[in-house]
Amino acid sequence: MSFSWAKPYEPKNPFMRWLDERLPLPRLVYGAIGGGYPVPRNLNYFWNFGVLAGIFLTVQIVTGIVLAMHYYATTDGAFTSVNQLIMRDVNAGWLLRYAHMNGASFFFLVTYIHIFRGLYYGSYKAPRELVWMLGLVIYLLMMATGFMGYVLPWGQMSYWGAQVITGFFSAFPIIGEPLRVFLLGGYAPDQAALTRFFSLHYLLPFVIAGVVILHIWALHIPGSGNPTGVDVKSEKDTLPFHPFYTAKDGWFAAAMLLAYCLVTFFVPNYLGHPDNYIQANPLATPAHIVPEWYFWPFYAILRSFTVDFILPAKLWGVLAMFASILLLFFLPWLDKSPVRSGSYRPVFKRFFWLLVIDVLILGYIGGAPINWWRVALGQAASAYYFIHFLVILPLVSAFETPLPLPISISDSVLHGEAAEAAPVGQKAPRRGSTATAG
Amino acid sequence: MLRFILGFIGAVFAAVLLISFFSNLATYFQNPPAPLAAEAFHKEPKEVRFSSDGPFGRFDKAQLQRGFQVYSEVCSACHSLKMVSFRDLKQLGYNDAEIKKIASDWKTQVPSINPDTGEAATRKALPSDNFPAPFANETAARAANNNALPPDLSLITKAREGGPHYVYSLITGYTNQAGYKNEKGEELLKKFPDAKTPQNLHFNPYFANLNIAMPPPLTSSGQVSYADGTKPTVDQMAKDVAAFLVWTAEPNLESRHAAGLAVAIFLLIASILGYLAYQQIWHEPKRAVRVTGALDPENQAKTRRAKAKSGIAG
Repeated sequence: MSFSWAKPYEPKNPFMRWLDERLPLPRLVYGAIGGGYPVPRNLNYFWNFGVLAGIFLTVQIVTGIVLAMHYYATTDGAFTSVNQLIMRDVNAGWLLRYAHMNGASFFFLVTYIHIFRGLYYGSYKAPRELVWMLGLVIYLLMMATGFMGYVLPWGQMSYWGAQVITGFFSAFPIIGEPLRVFLLGGYAPDQAALTRFFSLHYLLPFVIAGVVILHIWALHIPGSGNPTGVDVKSEKDTLPFHPFYTAKDGWFAAAMLLAYCLVTFFVPNYLGHPDNYIQANPLATPAHIVPEWYFWPFYAILRSFTVDFILPAKLWGVLAMFASILLLFFLPWLDKSPVRSGSYRPVFKRFFWLLVIDVLILGYIGGAPINWWRVALGQAASAYYFIHFLVILPLVSAFETPLPLPISISDSVLHGEAAEAAPVGQKAPRRGSTATAG
Repeated sequence: MLRFILGFIGAVFAAVLLISFFSNLATYFQNPPAPLAAEAFHKEPKEVRFSSDGPFGRFDKAQLQRGFQVYSEVCSACHSLKMVSFRDLKQLGYNDAEIKKIASDWKTQVPSINPDTGEAATRKALPSDNFPAPFANETAARAANNNALPPDLSLITKAREGGPHYVYSLITGYTNQAGYKNEKGEELLKKFPDAKTPQNLHFNPYFANLNIAMPPPLTSSGQVSYADGTKPTVDQMAKDVAAFLVWTAEPNLESRHAAGLAVAIFLLIASILGYLAYQQIWHEPKRAVRVTGALDPENQAKTRRAKAKSGIAG
């Protein structure tokens, strides 16, 4: 149950009453996406991306289950099963595979927008800290799943990506190398690694789905945030999820699927790397080993540490890369400003956009071949990333004077539209006629 | 306290990055890396148009057949095509009898066993077979090619940056190294006297490291004689075989484009209808929060008027 005035489910149809008494499934649906979930009326389009992430998770699970029916998890057969059997001989196999490949990219794309929405509007602040943290758990699971999925076609980038990423663990002193061998089941990626990656790649999406349920459950306790960051004060600040937000999510999902379709059908390999169409060869290292685009910012942070200062450079890089994600778990306590929305925080807002630019730079650096100025730029951008979250954010929240907040959501939505925004109980005047209410 | 610890961690990472930053710049300016011949003289693929390019691209079947002829008469001497079957040639417009003949006439036979003795043997290829590789294994391929391995061509246009444009540029891009200049007018052998192409390799500016093991495969007009009367210039043959290799890498390209168009139109209509439905549903709440029915002030005014007219008090 969310807000205190959330309406309890009252079945109208006798069958629904019968069902609800025995298994309160209709009640669950009504409370989740129906009239039982009142949502702030002023959400903008950035609030659509959570639903979109759910849609792409579903696309991935559905296409993935069918692909797994035709995939051979063997080092001899994997590349052929993907590129010959699935792409040529399975009915619509090419569609399933391209949809799955690009579905992963779109899943990450909408998730990144969803995360940055949360960063700008302070969605991590009380009382939604757990919503934020569960979201980060989903993101970490997505990264693990995405990485292992990229290994499965057993192309050159699959193989060398697995080599590099599992190599992170060997950076740790003493336990590192035994840990890496334990995780891979051998000294280099081979059959044992491929089989376990396939097993985990099939398992983790269902774990993600489970954490998504927790994420939504935790969200439904305080209810959705909104662009003003002001708490919901009364029912007039809200609208029932259905039909208002189902309609808004519906058309926007169709538009996003259109973008996804254009990539999947017309430039399906644009986001991939040509080297992954060469079968894995442990004896030939590709000229540039790069991960998928959604890992580029972290790859840039990893590669930015080039000096053995007390610790080896590789260990610094690995620690910093893990830290760059884990620090997000502390965000609710790093940013103590009582104002949630960045719209009312002039200083925070400027630093937020600086962070967006910074992450885009890191993304570019992570994907491009290295040279001296790219390394230098990546180092500056990585340093800003840590300074932003761990130094600037706490200081800004301590010293900034926020702008005055609106009294309520309705107040902010309806300001300046007095003619159209009559208070509760009064009808708005029609255009072209004089208002004579009451 | 937590914020102090985290702030300290952030400062440490930033400090190590700062040290890395200055040491990187110092290294660069003290020992600038030597320029590489491959970077300064490598060329991007040529501009060339294929009928399969673009969102509405389709295959030119006559061109694919010509390209297949170039593959079977020239490339297949060294390069395998192991993910493509003879039966797939139906998509190029060959009929069953022609495919059967192509398979059984193929110069390499398919490994098999002698049905009487069980010993290793070979048999003629069938339409259901994949194209047999010209060499039995990697060792044999390297032994016959100065220790270079001719790559399988099934996916080559997806496995190289630039796809068919790269294949076309590479085949037609062999040139004399002596006197070769890049776009800036720098002469390779003057700038990098050590970059002379080693023996058994061939200079080709479209190849990543400029020196490729493959000798120029198409050397003269008329190397292949086309049945459809197209003039077999080197340029034409290179274009045709590149187009053919687009097909081997992406045989479903046409159905992908067709399906994509249908799905895009469907989703476009769905988005527009969905948007109109959204506008309709949000029409009222965007304007005002209003009550309806007996509490609607307009209805109350009507009730009052009706009561006054019929003389009912209250």
